[in-house]
Amino acid sequence: MLTYALRRIFFAIPLLLGITFLSFAIIHLAPGEPTDLIQGDPRLEASAQARQLLREIYGLDQPIHVQYWKWLTRIVRLDFGRSFSPDGRPVLAKIGERLPVTLLLNIVELLIIIALAIPIGVLSATRQYSMFDKVTTVFVFVGFATPDFWLALLLLILFGVQLGWLPISGLRSLNWEYLSFWKQQTDFLAHLLLPVVVATFGGLAGFSRYMRQSMLEVVRQEYIQSARAKGLAERVVIGKHALRNAMLPIVTILGLSLPGLIGGSVIVESIFAIPGMGQLMVQAVFERDYPVIMGNLVIVAVLTLVANLIADLAYGMVDPRIRVGRRR
Amino acid sequence: MKEFWRALRRNRLAVVGGVIVVILVVLAVFAPVLAPWDPNRPDVKTILEDPSRRHPLGTDQLGRDVLSRMLYGARVSLAVGFVSVGIATAIGIVLGALAGYNGGSVDGFIMRLVDLMLVFPRFFLLLAVLAFLRPSIWTIMAVIGLTGWMGVTRLVRAEFLALKEREFVVWSQAIGASGYRVVWRHILPNAMAPVLVAMTLGIPAAILTESGLSFLGLGVQPPYATWGNILNEGKDTLEIGWWLSFYPGVAILVTVLSYNLLGEGIRDALDPRLRQAAGGFATRKG
Repeated sequence: MLTYALRRIFFAIPLLLGITFLSFAIIHLAPGEPTDLIQGDPRLEASAQARQLLREIYGLDQPIHVQYWKWLTRIVRLDFGRSFSPDGRPVLAKIGERLPVTLLLNIVELLIIIALAIPIGVLSATRQYSMFDKVTTVFVFVGFATPDFWLALLLLILFGVQLGWLPISGLRSLNWEYLSFWKQQTDFLAHLLLPVVVATFGGLAGFSRYMRQSMLEVVRQEYIQSARAKGLAERVVIGKHALRNAMLPIVTILGLSLPGLIGGSVIVESIFAIPGMGQLMVQAVFERDYPVIMGNLVIVAVLTLVANLIADLAYGMVDPRIRVGRRR
Repeated sequence: MKEFWRALRRNRLAVVGGVIVVILVVLAVFAPVLAPWDPNRPDVKTILEDPSRRHPLGTDQLGRDVLSRMLYGARVSLAVGFVSVGIATAIGIVLGALAGYNGGSVDGFIMRLVDLMLVFPRFFLLLAVLAFLRPSIWTIMAVIGLTGWMGVTRLVRAEFLALKEREFVVWSQAIGASGYRVVWRHILPNAMAPVLVAMTLGIPAAILTESGLSFLGLGVQPPYATWGNILNEGKDTLEIGWWLSFYPGVAILVTVLSYNLLGEGIRDALDPRLRQAAGGFATRKG
């Protein structure tokens, strides 16, 4: 296990370098200099100043390898510079206060998806072509095709505006400070409900589909037949022998779909005005706040890499076949 | 081929999906003829009118006809879907073929590049790139295409790895066919089935991505109508003009659903074994 873990971690290092390199390449994507765009934008008054600042930060007048090296050494020290927005705060501080929100949202989302997708997948696989299977298949296709921002708007207007049951934006009510402890918690949960439902919807469809597929394949295996042949109860056969093996590919898919789930928080956070990284990113793009954009991009990518690494290690732990032998 | 059509036609859902896709293409192509009004002509006398006979889907906050705007929006969705998937597929085929045929360090490098691209949540990557470019329909197409080639690369590589050991490939190499010829004439045509499926399933994903970007106001810019930005403009008048936000969403849903049904149908008809390979599910967002 240790060699496996070390190997995985070792493989992550070039990816880490790659993340910084690709991000660096994006800065140089703009025709001319990124500073040109700022200057051409009448919305930004302090354009000359911002231009100078950007030149200093990225050393745009120096040769390209020197620029990359400078940018890399800053990033390694977690120095992403200061925001271009009027508050001028360090990028890291801005991201730091928003990161927990996005993490919370995504972890809750992931837990709900796992908790629902596994039973749905197992049930529709063991009762293939039953009513339940057909209904969930319809749900999967429709859920998969529903634009999350549209679903969010519909739920907002129904539960937030028409019925007035749920708050429509932010994470706390205006009078939050004056509420009792328990009221504060329920207030927070009420704010979280709609965003979590929207964020879960699309992912849930995909995962229950995968779970069904994986289960269908496992059930056809010989060891399931032999488990049945030796007289085990169907519940044990499905719940223990089949489920454990059907879960294996799901762990990988979970890891692979993390970037997608995190990316989805951009839209959810924007609609529900949740102060997370996604909302920060959108604001930064509108304000052409380059340091914040780049900081956000690098940190999100590194987080995904770490999450993938954890998923990999978890996979190695549950499946001995991966640990020994089989190399990529 | 005949067998493929027979299998596809037997799949009722795929046929429905296919018919809707064809209808959508026709609607988009003939939008200028079919649209009852000029999609960009504002009219102060008809601001936010309910759906009626004159304006079947109502009007927006500038008095423009929503149906006409949606028809023109279909053109954008379609164009973005096809062009960006075309770009992604072209890159994917070239890189996948290079990696699968050559193996070794070329393969290692390309696969690490794929891993790297997959570490970036797509929406964050798209936004970061768009921040440095001026948004237009062309940049949107290019950017969606350039961030979406990883799946095809993996598919093509896997096919190449399997096919290059097969006898017909080995024999053609033995009689002295050039590497270029072997790849183009012998391996690639046999590797196209999963690529075709990935393309059909890639188009709805690209449409969803474009409408998401336009919804955020970072995609195709007004006055160009797209389903995403009609929805975006509609969200401010949600309480008095629900139709502005409702219909574009339905259009996106139906479009994406139809392509997915068709794509799954093609996959099953081509080869039931592909059920697993060409996935794309669960990773659509971002």
